Amino acid sequence: MTVYIIRRLLYTVPIVVGVLLLTFFLFSVVGGDISQQIAGKNADAETIAEIRHEYGFDKPLFWSLDSQFIDHFRKALTFNFGRALDREKISDKILRGVGPSLSLTVPMFLGTLVLSISLALMVAFVRGSWLDVAAVVLCVAGMSIPYLSFIIYGQYIFAYKLGLFPIMYMPEESLLTSLALPVLIGIAAGLGGNLRFYRTIVLDEMRSDYVRTAFAKGLSTSKVLFKHVLKNALIPIITSVVLSIPYLFLGSLLLERFFGIPGLGSLMIEAIASRDFFIINAMTFIFSLLIVVFTLLTDICYAWADPRIKLE
Amino acid sequence: MPGLTRESNSNNSTHQPGTEEHIPPGRSLWADGIRRLRKQRLAVVCFWVIVFYLALAVFEWIAEARKWETPAFIRWNEIVGPSYQKPMVPYEWTTADGKTEIRREWMGTDFMGRSTLRRTLYGAKTSITVALCASLISLAIGVPLGAAAGYFRGWLDELIIWLISTLSTIPYLLLLMAFAVVLRDKTIFGLELRGITSVYLAMGLTSWVGICRLIRGEFIKRKESEYVLAARATGCSNARIIFSHLLPNVFHIIIIDLSLRFVHFIHAEVILSFLGLGETDKPSWGAMIDAARAELARDVWWEMTAATIAIFLLSLALNLFGDALRDCLDPKLRVD
Repeated sequence: MTVYIIRRLLYTVPIVVGVLLLTFFLFSVVGGDISQQIAGKNADAETIAEIRHEYGFDKPLFWSLDSQFIDHFRKALTFNFGRALDREKISDKILRGVGPSLSLTVPMFLGTLVLSISLALMVAFVRGSWLDVAAVVLCVAGMSIPYLSFIIYGQYIFAYKLGLFPIMYMPEESLLTSLALPVLIGIAAGLGGNLRFYRTIVLDEMRSDYVRTAFAKGLSTSKVLFKHVLKNALIPIITSVVLSIPYLFLGSLLLERFFGIPGLGSLMIEAIASRDFFIINAMTFIFSLLIVVFTLLTDICYAWADPRIKLE
Repeated sequence: MPGLTRESNSNNSTHQPGTEEHIPPGRSLWADGIRRLRKQRLAVVCFWVIVFYLALAVFEWIAEARKWETPAFIRWNEIVGPSYQKPMVPYEWTTADGKTEIRREWMGTDFMGRSTLRRTLYGAKTSITVALCASLISLAIGVPLGAAAGYFRGWLDELIIWLISTLSTIPYLLLLMAFAVVLRDKTIFGLELRGITSVYLAMGLTSWVGICRLIRGEFIKRKESEYVLAARATGCSNARIIFSHLLPNVFHIIIIDLSLRFVHFIHAEVILSFLGLGETDKPSWGAMIDAARAELARDVWWEMTAATIAIFLLSLALNLFGDALRDCLDPKLRVD
């Protein structure tokens, strides 16, 4: 087990290096010197030179102890990403955004999960009937509507027209009132794809031999579904749950944008609007690292649960 | 070899005599798949919907390239009525040559009085161009890399796997936006990336991982199969085995993946346009939805609705058709 964990840990090193290489290539080699953009159109040469020095654009790209390449790695590995274009520390900005993002995504995620798994079991219960077909068609229809339309119509109808919810996020009000609508919209938008995914998992289990045996010995459908199938289907479900945790921290870009929630999604959109490569770079690295860590955790849990994996 | 081909065409030579009359004539995977597909009425309808959208886009390409006198239904920047004219409500309108007539716009007009319906139809071109170019780029990267990794294995495989794991470690939306932001308004190798060029380039460069992984897996599985061994035994080169033996046999996987991936590209274009990273001076569905955000406050719902319906119909058709295609072409994946 220890050997497996060490080997698995070593395997993450090239991936982290790969992410850093990619972001360096993207932001420093292709993106390049953005001092002109930071300084503004009417800046004189002196200001630009100052900015170039401050952000390190005047350093050589490679082949020097003080190159931008080394700088890029040092910044990422010490988690010291420096300052954004508006002079605020990037790490402060990110830490501030995590709370609002999580308070939006966690209820959304749990709601979608519970709703889609229970619906998937119900659909599996009536598999092959017209209800099943209708459910699948509805799922595909839901997946075909653009996410933006869900948000815009939801906000327009429920907040603007009917006035059931506040239109924007209000920090002074309780989280329940100001986040209820975005959470509900998120659940509605994600339900189609999730239900279809879990239905496939449940139906895959339904085809296995132990289910046939269970039916053959005379168990009722509900007993088979809830006692046998659900337990076995939990493995792929838990995997997908664990692997989506990093994405919860990332927040929801579009929902946060529309409801003015000051989370990481909003931060990302601001960074795009102001072409702040520093923030985008930091976010990319941090979230890749989170995904690496959670993938590692899943793999180790697997190895712990299934002795066959360690031998590989 | 000619003898072999004739034998397989006569399709009963390998079977034992006496049972011949019970054996249905052999069909290729594609012929069989298409036959099954044609029996599904829904899939056929979806197919024609997709063809309609594609034809619309192709027509607009040709009309633009040849500088044709464009027919009215795609003259999107012509002013046809007052600002924010409601759909289906008749109005009086004086045309440029001074004639006054009663008109009716099916889907209303936008703030400048341009027809929403024409803008929606024109938007098909933007979306489909983006999705097609992005698909081609991701295929051009993903298929050769996947094939090389799966066929040659060894250090090449390790390298490509490393590339795949690196790219799939970065959250997709972050990666896509990072590419789109950096590539926007850049000049790379003398190619100026304006408007939608940076959009499909960003999508293509970031989304080849899925197809690459699929092709690699299929190649690993199939390179040990009998027909590849036979080809090798007759002295075929690696290139020949890959291009004329293995690739045609995984082609259906590429097509299925493509039809489902197309939907993602269309939805991604909407999101990028909304973030201000997409087409700026011509109508696109994303830009229409973005504009509608402000319009809804004045109860102008038709522009938003037109764009949503256009995206919805195309995505639904692609989703259903892709599923049907998978069921028909890949019997192993068939869901009962």
